[in-house]
Amino acid sequence: MTYRLEMKEMTKKYGDFLANDGISIQLKKGEVLAIVGENGAGKTTLMRMLYGLEQPTSGEIKLNGDQTQFYGPRDSIKQGIGMVHQHFMLFSDFTVTENIVIGHEPINNGFFNRKLASEQVQKLSDQYKIPVNPSKKAGDCSVGEQQRIEILKVLYQGAEIIILDEPTAVLTPFEVDELLKTIRYLADQGKSIILITHKLPEVMKVADHVTVLRNGRVTGNVKKVDTSIDELAKMMVGRELQQLSERNQLKGEPLLEVEAISIKGKGSKPVLDQLSLTVHRGEIVGIAGVSGNGQSELIQAITGLTSVDQGDIRLGSTNLTGKSVAFRRNEGLAHIPEDRFLWGAAKEATIEETGMMGYYNKKAFNKYSFILKKSFRGVVKGWIDRFEIKAKSLDDKSGNLSGGNLQKLIVARELGFETDFLIAAEPTRGVDIGAMEYIHEAILEKRNRGDGILLVSSELSEILLLSDRIAVMFEGKIVDILNRRDATEERLSVLMAGGKEDESSTKNTTTA
Amino acid sequence: MELFDYSFFASAIRMVSPILLAALGGALCARVGIFNVGLEGLILAGAFSAIVGNYYSGNVIVAVLTGAFGAVLVSLLFGLATIKFKANPIVAGIAINFLVLGLTTFGLRAIFQVKGAFYDKDMNGLPKWDLPFIENIPMIGRFLSGHSPLVYTAFIAAILLYIFLFKTVLGFRILAVGKNEAAARSLGLKVTTLQYGAIIASGVLCGLAGAQLSLGQVTMFTEGMTAGRGFIALVAMMLGQSHPIGMIGSSLLFGLMDAMSIRLQGFSMPTQFTAMLPYVITIIAMFFLKDRGVDSQASGQQSSR
Repeated sequence: MTYRLEMKEMTKKYGDFLANDGISIQLKKGEVLAIVGENGAGKTTLMRMLYGLEQPTSGEIKLNGDQTQFYGPRDSIKQGIGMVHQHFMLFSDFTVTENIVIGHEPINNGFFNRKLASEQVQKLSDQYKIPVNPSKKAGDCSVGEQQRIEILKVLYQGAEIIILDEPTAVLTPFEVDELLKTIRYLADQGKSIILITHKLPEVMKVADHVTVLRNGRVTGNVKKVDTSIDELAKMMVGRELQQLSERNQLKGEPLLEVEAISIKGKGSKPVLDQLSLTVHRGEIVGIAGVSGNGQSELIQAITGLTSVDQGDIRLGSTNLTGKSVAFRRNEGLAHIPEDRFLWGAAKEATIEETGMMGYYNKKAFNKYSFILKKSFRGVVKGWIDRFEIKAKSLDDKSGNLSGGNLQKLIVARELGFETDFLIAAEPTRGVDIGAMEYIHEAILEKRNRGDGILLVSSELSEILLLSDRIAVMFEGKIVDILNRRDATEERLSVLMAGGKEDESSTKNTTTA
Repeated sequence: MELFDYSFFASAIRMVSPILLAALGGALCARVGIFNVGLEGLILAGAFSAIVGNYYSGNVIVAVLTGAFGAVLVSLLFGLATIKFKANPIVAGIAINFLVLGLTTFGLRAIFQVKGAFYDKDMNGLPKWDLPFIENIPMIGRFLSGHSPLVYTAFIAAILLYIFLFKTVLGFRILAVGKNEAAARSLGLKVTTLQYGAIIASGVLCGLAGAQLSLGQVTMFTEGMTAGRGFIALVAMMLGQSHPIGMIGSSLLFGLMDAMSIRLQGFSMPTQFTAMLPYVITIIAMFFLKDRGVDSQASGQQSSR
């Protein structure tokens, strides 16, 4: 049998740098192929060549047995290849229908037949069981819905091969499940799917075949049934994953005390509702919850980015309520923000400048309000060495760093303040396994030194791995706090959905 | 003498047309994501080329076509700078304005050997067309009718542009380019071609605006005769949110103010003062604009979410 798509010995050179070095993949009809690898392993380059955005240095592409070439997205779309980009390519002011049919609009004497388009979209949506509202504006759709628009768009374009680039990075756990079902259904309908990801549990759930890339080469090519997460991880990282350090028992006195804080917010329900929480020295407290249940506001309230309507926040013996961000940071609070571009870094600033944020005022780096850049350079270089941040030079723009590397820089910066208390919000969002290990290890090390950490994450696995206690947030309240040994993914999921644990369970401190 | 009479409204409508034509051109550029500050220069180029065409051919149609052609040449220069060489459109637009101001002044001396203004009584101006049926409508017939063909063209162009942008496939794609260029490229839309198309069309429209200025009333060219109309058109474009029908409204407002400033002179108001009226209105209009105008997604595309 001929493959639907075959890429043979694909090589792409940028100057002396080999981004892809003889990579081959095969894809059958109705098959889900997962291409996994860390950031910079060459996944994106390979897909860009398939989508016609890059020309290969050498290698050949065969479609249904015939050799072919792609000179641009138009070409590959025409030949039945569709791509769902990681950052959605949507027009937020256009309707769902318009977003789906654009480029292939039904035409009536040069006029755009919107009615027919809308009917076609509805039909397609029913056919593939991908629900959307054709007349809604794309900008008003949820992230999951926007992704469904993207998938319908490539289906509308007649794609037989669908590339999904890191599709789950932006989704909630529930939306991820829905997406994986859709992928499976599409494959059963005879579509071929290429799934680019570094999230191995999802690979194990949905893929038929896995190709692993590392440093531009294929390091594994296996059937899903013949492999395991551990084996894939090893092929991806190129070494055994390290176990996290031991956690020593040293829960000390209370460090951060949040007492009955409330934020009214715009809606009828308060965003934060009489929320109380304590983080002790030598403790990691994890906050679990479906995003949008007040986690962001809690972080902002503690860091001083937003003010509370009621309640007190204390760090050690100092009352932080109503104080400025700078005051709080000086009192010993560091913050790895949940959105690195929004809060964590300035894209246009150099790597050095991003590193220096928050330090320029410190005595060691500031003399008569002149910044002592020279003495700071060594500090940034130290971080780059320790966290293996891949940066061309310190004068390169922060925005040019890959997401994972920028995140490592921010983590290094915030750890570098050596504060007693740290808020780590989504510390490993969009970061690959290797970097994740570093960051997790660094957070745990900080805890073992006796500092207090508040961890907020949408990845339950991360919460379960690191936290000593886990607080579950729902609608602006903490519905329950579980101890490390009592917490399981199932129990947390129930609590996160607002459900109460059944009566037989061990503890029930707060009422929902 | 009354403040508002038929001739007042008639002159207002005449004043509207260059502003509306140029605003439509600017809107087309805005819709493909290019903010065209060079409207002023394009109109001036059109006005001058139209006079040159008129002088050498003696034919009004040729004159108008020359006007459009002259402005298109300049708009291509602007397109080359902003699209091909990715120059900042504001800087490129301002450069175009000064370049054309200099070029036309130089052209006056080189071609006509005059300074300041050129007038020749043998040149033909644009004809005045009376509209059948409409001229017989009581009240409004008298000021709606009897204008140059370019005045009617302006209003028809606005309606055509509305249909083009919001009903046709090509127009839809143009809107898409302006809303999110990266997404349009990822779909394989011919972004660059569409952008050049819009810029050329804006050149044609501004050329017509210029021809109306130099051939519409008195057939003559004076240095810098656009007198800021390109910028007023820019404001009309933003006030009308680059929507053709909205721009008819905003251009009418500025046309009325233009006519008003002339009319007020008849009430022994100092010229210097009345001449400020359109610009005062522009500033007031800006208060109501705030951050409106065409929204493009060029910035603020992504966060890490």
